[in-house]
Amino acid sequence: MFRRADLRLAAAGAVLLAATSLMPGWLLVLAATALAKGIVALGLLLLMRAGLVPFGQAMFYCLGGYAAGLGSLWLGIRDVLLLLLLAGLAAGAAGWVVGLLIRRYRGIFFAMLSMAFSMILYGVLLKSQDLGSSDGFSVPRPTLLGLTMTGTPALRILFAVTVLLTVLLAWGVSAYLRTAMGQIGPAIRQNEVRVSYLGYEPDRLIHREYAASGLLAGVAGALVAMLVGQVDPGMGFWMTSGEFVFIAILAGTGGIWGSLGAAFILEAVHAIAFDVAPTYWRLILGGTLLVMILRFPAGLSSLAPRRVRRA
Amino acid sequence: MADAPALLEAQGLVMRFGAFTALRGISATIRGGEVVGLIGTNGAGKTTFLNMVTGYLRPTEGRVLLEGRDVTGTGPREMVGRGLARSFQVPQLFPEMTAREHLVLAEALADQGQRSLLGPLPEGGRAEAMLARFGLAAIADTAVSLVPQGQRKLIDIAMALMLRPRLLLLDEPTSGVSSAEKGPLMQTVFEAIRAGGVTVLFVEHDMEIVERYVTRILAFRDGELLADGTPEAVLRDREVARSVLRRKEVAT
Amino acid sequence: MSTLIAIAVDGAIHGAWLFLVAVGLTLVFGVMKILNIAHGNLYAIGAYAAATALGYWFASHPPSAAALAIQVGAALAAGLVLGLLLEVAVLRHLHGRDEVSVALATYALLLILDDVMLMIWGTDPQSAAAPYLLLGASRIAGMRFNNYEFLVMGLAILVGLLIWWVLTRTGTGRRLTAVIHDREMAAAMGINVRAVHVATFVAGACLAALGGAFTAPMIPVAPGIGAEIIVVTFAVVVIGGMGSIPGAAVGALVVGLARAAAVHLYPPAEVFIVYAVMAGVLCFRPNGLFPQAAVRRI
Repeated sequence: MFRRADLRLAAAGAVLLAATSLMPGWLLVLAATALAKGIVALGLLLLMRAGLVPFGQAMFYCLGGYAAGLGSLWLGIRDVLLLLLLAGLAAGAAGWVVGLLIRRYRGIFFAMLSMAFSMILYGVLLKSQDLGSSDGFSVPRPTLLGLTMTGTPALRILFAVTVLLTVLLAWGVSAYLRTAMGQIGPAIRQNEVRVSYLGYEPDRLIHREYAASGLLAGVAGALVAMLVGQVDPGMGFWMTSGEFVFIAILAGTGGIWGSLGAAFILEAVHAIAFDVAPTYWRLILGGTLLVMILRFPAGLSSLAPRRVRRA
Repeated sequence: MADAPALLEAQGLVMRFGAFTALRGISATIRGGEVVGLIGTNGAGKTTFLNMVTGYLRPTEGRVLLEGRDVTGTGPREMVGRGLARSFQVPQLFPEMTAREHLVLAEALADQGQRSLLGPLPEGGRAEAMLARFGLAAIADTAVSLVPQGQRKLIDIAMALMLRPRLLLLDEPTSGVSSAEKGPLMQTVFEAIRAGGVTVLFVEHDMEIVERYVTRILAFRDGELLADGTPEAVLRDREVARSVLRRKEVAT
Repeated sequence: MSTLIAIAVDGAIHGAWLFLVAVGLTLVFGVMKILNIAHGNLYAIGAYAAATALGYWFASHPPSAAALAIQVGAALAAGLVLGLLLEVAVLRHLHGRDEVSVALATYALLLILDDVMLMIWGTDPQSAAAPYLLLGASRIAGMRFNNYEFLVMGLAILVGLLIWWVLTRTGTGRRLTAVIHDREMAAAMGINVRAVHVATFVAGACLAALGGAFTAPMIPVAPGIGAEIIVVTFAVVVIGGMGSIPGAAVGALVVGLARAAAVHLYPPAEVFIVYAVMAGVLCFRPNGLFPQAAVRRI
């Protein structure tokens, strides 16, 4: 059940937790956001192993954020863990519903349909006065097991929750990838017809992994919403999806660590670019993405020393 | 064997692709325990027939029955679930996976009714035995894209056998394999098949191989069933000799 | 009754406009199997180019029909320059890669071009209203329609007929059709597939820019118009069947009518009616109304 890789994950988590009291507020927010986006990337990892790249994953991220916000404001739920559960279930359910239609598509169709759905959500939220339209609304500070939190201690606690959740989810995905079902995705990517001739319906796996990726993105969105204290339709905009896809491409074939590492790199570059050249962020992102696609198709893994896998 | 129950029945199967008619009304019955050879020139509709009876193609007209149940166009997954398995003219493999990984995945999917797919992958089970039986141990950990054609065909067939089918369909098992390897390949395959007690239908161009293993022959020509009977009867049939066998002799 | 007429006219106008904007996308996909996500940017650059050109011209000349020529000219110039640039600098290097990687590359181009447009034209909306005010208005079924909209409709029909004529009646068109159906066979028969690709992409870019140039008089030309257009254009192309030009026409008309119906009968539905139609069509025809034939694999 626990492999060496899992222990490394736990160790990394422990290090981050230990560093919590040393980190200033802005770093806590940055690191927590990076981890949250890493969680989204984990979901994308599942789909990309099956050969699919959704261009609209921000939809679930956005839904998760709004679910956490509305859960606080409309349902009076204030506990952070309950809100995360609510967000995950809401986004996962949405993923399951959208999955009913999207499961039979592949390649570019799948990618763009996913984007179309995210733009629908964006459009609906933008026009919705009740939900604050383009400004969104504030999300109140959550409580943890009854304790109210304020100021920097609240950030520390949320950061710690994020670290624990990321380690837990990364372990979960890692364990899933070691099961028989975890092998079906790559098999679908390499020869879908053969999978059906082995007695498993490819669409079914795609549906499940799509819903799971929705759940992961929803949890991430809720985390960021509670951290930053704000949700707005921009969370579901195609630009946000683009950042997730960027992370996924950067992660390449790097698995769990690749996904988390890439998320950190993106957030760090994002923070620097915003300081140095805020109007050119998209140019930088687009340029880097283009260079990666042209020169480094396997993402960051292209730069890592080559490990010979088989004779 | 003539009184064994009908396993697979094709009733008036017609396949039209736009203006082109690939199959013009094929009716045939395959009974439990038979080893049926399907012969015919290229383009006669043999692979299309296999695609239809395995549910990959929905026939334009006609029905496919499996043990009396109408399974027309239900799809390969369901046909496999009902005890069918198939190998392909061009081996349908997963290029980045090793031979062992292929058979382990096949084993896991074959057992999905008994063991949850969320459990660990099988280790040291039937897949290992199958690797040994097919002589694949040496390349068991090599990505199949690097493996020679003969062994690729063996892996393709081994995967089908891992599913413990009641009816096995092989599409040109020896095509693309050198003459020297054909005999041993079919011997290996049939030993594995006999061990399992499986009904077999295979498409083949090499008449020596056909005559050695089959109990019955179906001969196709231009989408029609030209002859259906014992090897002695069919191979001596004038029409079959003229349009199927003669052309084969000229080609080789 | 008058509502029905209003819907029909509104729908036809909107549908024609959608066709004009979408046809370049489906053409490029059909021939090159590339879904150009930066298509919206080419449209936007066409709009900006036209706005700028019209701005210069009408600073020193009275309003006249010359405006239309300027729009066409600006569009063709923008389409030609950008089409060639993108094809040679980027797309050429992606030959043979899987379609998702290529689409991601065009997505990267979207990001780059968005900022480039911002750098050139800034955030202030540009106005190019002159042509819009040129032709006056008509009343149909109690509704007021600006005649410029009918001009655009006429242009869309003209473009559609032109494309149909080129594809079916000229040698170039037949070569294009061959490449659409089977790139390898076309190459094996001596068709210069490379040249066809470049020509097609440039044509697609020009068509996108043309759509933008003629839309410019009807809207404030501001950042974001490209992004607005790409998703709805994609929906139209998906409904019609990716790569099918008749499909794009039918898809555009269907979407136009659906949107008009929403606007006149139930305005809150306007936001997502396009996608509802798309989802509906996909449920029954998973590959759109006029799908390209699939190649047999086993």
